Amino acid sequence: MFFKKKKPWEFIASSEITPETHYVNRRQFMGASLAFAAGAALRPTGARGAVERLGRLQEPEVGDVTYGENLRDELNSYEQVTTYNNFYEFGTGKEDPVRNAGSFRPEPWTVEVTGEVHKPGTYSVEDLAPPSMVEDRIYRLRCVEAWSMVIPWRGVGLREIISKVEPTANAKYVAFETAVRPAEMPGVRRPILDWPYREGLRIDEAANELTFMATGLYGRDDLPNQNGAPLRLVVPWKYGFKSIKSIVRIAFVEEQPYTTWKASAPHEYGFYANVNPEVDHPRWSQARERLLPFGRRETDLFNGYTEMVEHMYRGMDLSRWY
Amino acid sequence: MTNSRTRVAAMKAAVWAACLVPLVWSVWRFVRGEASVDPVEEWLHRSGKTAVIILVASLAVTPLRRLTGWNTAQKFRRLLGLFAFFYAALHLGVYLYFDQGLAWSFILEDVTERPFIVSGTVAFLLLVPLAVTSTRGWIKRLGKNWVRLHRVVYVAMAAALLHYTWGQKADIRDPLIVGAIVAVLFGVRLSYWARKRAKR
Repeated sequence: MFFKKKKPWEFIASSEITPETHYVNRRQFMGASLAFAAGAALRPTGARGAVERLGRLQEPEVGDVTYGENLRDELNSYEQVTTYNNFYEFGTGKEDPVRNAGSFRPEPWTVEVTGEVHKPGTYSVEDLAPPSMVEDRIYRLRCVEAWSMVIPWRGVGLREIISKVEPTANAKYVAFETAVRPAEMPGVRRPILDWPYREGLRIDEAANELTFMATGLYGRDDLPNQNGAPLRLVVPWKYGFKSIKSIVRIAFVEEQPYTTWKASAPHEYGFYANVNPEVDHPRWSQARERLLPFGRRETDLFNGYTEMVEHMYRGMDLSRWY
Repeated sequence: MTNSRTRVAAMKAAVWAACLVPLVWSVWRFVRGEASVDPVEEWLHRSGKTAVIILVASLAVTPLRRLTGWNTAQKFRRLLGLFAFFYAALHLGVYLYFDQGLAWSFILEDVTERPFIVSGTVAFLLLVPLAVTSTRGWIKRLGKNWVRLHRVVYVAMAAALLHYTWGQKADIRDPLIVGAIVAVLFGVRLSYWARKRAKR
């Protein structure tokens, strides 16, 4: 690689993304927390036990990071990323997925591509995300529950997949669907949500340079089951629930598609779900977030990716279209 | 006499030990580095759930005594009530200190504007006078009014259940189960009150 073209957001100083005061607050907060726990030397490193039961994973190095270089300092550990998950198909507790996803079989896997495309059909993961094309990207994942983690993903831009299947001019939205396997997913045996889990994006959102289809993380090609194996969406400027996991179906459609959380609680979760500190969840504030495990930061509009995405929402009332 | 007294003392010790398990468990997990990736969430959930469960246990004492005639149960009621208050206070403390970082402007907004937080705050505030007046001196001083005052526990319980339910994102099975148990306990109480009235 001779010249790596810098992306606009790589020029943002890290002090701008996380103001210094937050760093200071974070340290003070952590110091205080640890003193409170009377075990300053024993900072928790996450549910290590659970990971070891999965077979003593090595913590890999992040490879050739092309996006989000400035977030490198804040990376959450592999253990943290793989033991704390919202994946209701495996249970509603954050540690349920790592516990219950062991018997899930992400191979062989096919993705059905349908609707307004010139090349519909059944694709393998390798068709959609050829190993030769994968890249690593570090993104901040902001959950609607007001916590965030910084995660190094591996995968391909969704726009690569879109150009491969060639949507027609009628394709205004993209709809995604998660697998439903009662035998392997204990969570879907109860109607907590209207299974299958479904999500969607406007076509321009889907084709945005940031929108990513992850097939691995932390420089590894295999995505752990609890993180959405074998392939999942990552939409970093939207709340985490938009980043649908274990995708079996991608449909290009004309109308705004059904999305699970919006259907479950329409006054709390909208179709857009853009990260926005000004638009609170009815039950809690979105102005700040807990940077796991003990950090704290003020939430940025569009999760700090404003420059890349704001043009898509110009003239839109973001508090109405939450 | 001494025999039954030591038995009661032993049972009280057992109640103490049982009530301390969630706290000891949380500290143990943290110190061993086995706490959740989000310890604050873990502590919030565990302290809140424990407060609710022990409060339900304290409400079960009188109905249990009446149904079974096992009057010794009455000796654990105050202990259970105070432990429920203790965990409610821990829950509030974790929220104020770890979750909110003592950012009072945000806390004030939460406490006044969000029904989810309002319900929890109401539940806690209602428990405060009950905890304060749990001493022998206050029981004597208040006489009949003590019983009246302590009926507020049902209001606190209802507020806590509302808070518990609103705390769930989608799966409200747990608060529903607890709510059903509370409804049964309250029903038993009501039937006794009704019978007492009929006798008059």
